[in-house]
Amino acid sequence: MTDSNSASTNSALSATDINKIAKLAHLQITDDECQRYAASLNNILSLMDHLQTVDTTNIEPLKNPFDTPQPLRDDVATEPNRRDVYQSVAPATQDGLYLVPKVLD
Amino acid sequence: MTELHRLDIRELAQGLASKQFSSLELTQHFLARIDRLDAKLNSFITVTHESALANARSADALRAQGNAGVLTGIPIAHKDIFCTEGVKTSAGSKMLDNFISPYNATVVAQANAAGLVMLGKTNMDEFAMGSSNESSFYGATHNPWALNRVPGGSSGGSAAAVAADLAPFATATDTGGSIRQPAAFCGLTGLKPTYGRVSRFGMIAYASSLDQGGPIARSAEDCAYLLQVMAGHDAKDSTSVDHPTEDYVAGITTTTNPDKPLQGLRIGLPHQYIKDGLDADVKARVLDALKVLEDLGATLVEINLTTSDAAIPAYYLIAPSEASSNLSRYDGVRFGHRCENPKDLMDLYTRSRTEGFGDEVQRRILIGTYALSEGYYDAYYLKAQKVRRLIQNDFLKAFEQCDVIAGPTAPTAAYAIGAKQDPVAMYLGDIYTIAVNLAGLPAISAPVGFDTSYSGHDNCAPLPVGLQLIGPYWSESKLLSIIHQYQQRTDWHKQRAPIASDAGAAL
Repeated sequence: MTDSNSASTNSALSATDINKIAKLAHLQITDDECQRYAASLNNILSLMDHLQTVDTTNIEPLKNPFDTPQPLRDDVATEPNRRDVYQSVAPATQDGLYLVPKVLD
Repeated sequence: MTELHRLDIRELAQGLASKQFSSLELTQHFLARIDRLDAKLNSFITVTHESALANARSADALRAQGNAGVLTGIPIAHKDIFCTEGVKTSAGSKMLDNFISPYNATVVAQANAAGLVMLGKTNMDEFAMGSSNESSFYGATHNPWALNRVPGGSSGGSAAAVAADLAPFATATDTGGSIRQPAAFCGLTGLKPTYGRVSRFGMIAYASSLDQGGPIARSAEDCAYLLQVMAGHDAKDSTSVDHPTEDYVAGITTTTNPDKPLQGLRIGLPHQYIKDGLDADVKARVLDALKVLEDLGATLVEINLTTSDAAIPAYYLIAPSEASSNLSRYDGVRFGHRCENPKDLMDLYTRSRTEGFGDEVQRRILIGTYALSEGYYDAYYLKAQKVRRLIQNDFLKAFEQCDVIAGPTAPTAAYAIGAKQDPVAMYLGDIYTIAVNLAGLPAISAPVGFDTSYSGHDNCAPLPVGLQLIGPYWSESKLLSIIHQYQQRTDWHKQRAPIASDAGAAL
């Protein structure tokens, strides 16, 4: 762990930080909401400070309870093609494709 | 004959087998109760009247042909997190309000194969993110014991429906306590199985390394019947573990010593679980229950879970991190909510997500995005995962000294709707349940009496209190069996919420 990381957990999030995070998460936050989220997020993050007091030297991270690798199977089709059914719940499709606003002019 | 909604699963199975009543009569009875009482509870998001009646008729036909299984024709409610083909599956979110699932979750397919008749889909905290059911897009669910109180969450709808006798049992999911805490708040028995015991295929993801499906019912025996249906390996879920299932129903009654059925059982009691912050009535009921277990032959062993204080912070980094990744799939393109007239692709993503997700979901996405972002990953997410291993080690070490670990399920009984506006206050209520998910262990909550201290100030009925037992991996049968023995000596699990006693005319 680098020093800058250790320091970063002690600094409170500003409205600018929240906006940056929201942008990364593809969420739109108004200025009012920003203040509100800053308050609650900083409360939550101060709860996390306790973790820094726990000694985790030489401890491997645990990603899931059984630490097992992903099982692999042979690369053969096991399911029928149900594209029409799956696309029936899409907001907009055409000729089997999903429609989105124009990306390139 | 006892009213149909009062019968336990064994009695329902016997009644159907001996033709005392048909699945159609049973299903109509529960649908009528839902129609009459659920306006007060809001425990269902969708009630599937037509398909329930059709499936009940099919169940009766199967039985007439001699092809019925033990549970064929018994009604069930599914948490609205399990995908149900042709039926709205919302996960309590506006994002999926228009989502008619094109396929069944494995759990739902297994329930259908067992002949269970789905009554509908139960209310829940949005994407299972909450401990009170208040974050649902469809409004809060009310606790059947006191309508102004929360039923717990996130499986609050499943718990409220069963506690009000609107369904004999229900499926639920538990990421940080979402089966056990609502079971405790509603006076029910709920089992969170070992991670990987129940398939997550078609179970809408919140935090994939923690999520696990399980039963909510009135007793350990009823839970055993439903676990039998839900458990098993599923090749469609890469985290499903290929570990043999047991006969959970037969397992609970096996005892060689009827007087002291728990002879030799060592129950670990972590002093960290019985300390400040624990409500006095809750503490008293849990200690009373431990005395009963001792009378049944168990011995208490004091144990030390040194990392228990780290469980909440570790969970509230890991779960939101996984959630922020899982919920990135909601982009307004393939399914779910799409905003009106997007001006470009980024606007489509951003507005669809902002309109579709509620406040708590957005908050957890923000925390998770932050914890995973460049420069913070090591200090937050990786650190939490290291602490997660220490928590697991702590449990594994404790199980060298004891067979199961006991404590309260929640620090208080059900609180008033609206009482916990501060997210941190809500998170702290998960103190006893959350470490279990981080370690992936099985745990059960069972009713052990009532908190009567509330009844004075707001005229509400006494509120149920839950005991939690945590077991080693794959000890589902043992946990169910201990609670079953307890339930042979006590009748807390037979107490009914006031609203459940509201018998309808001619029903």
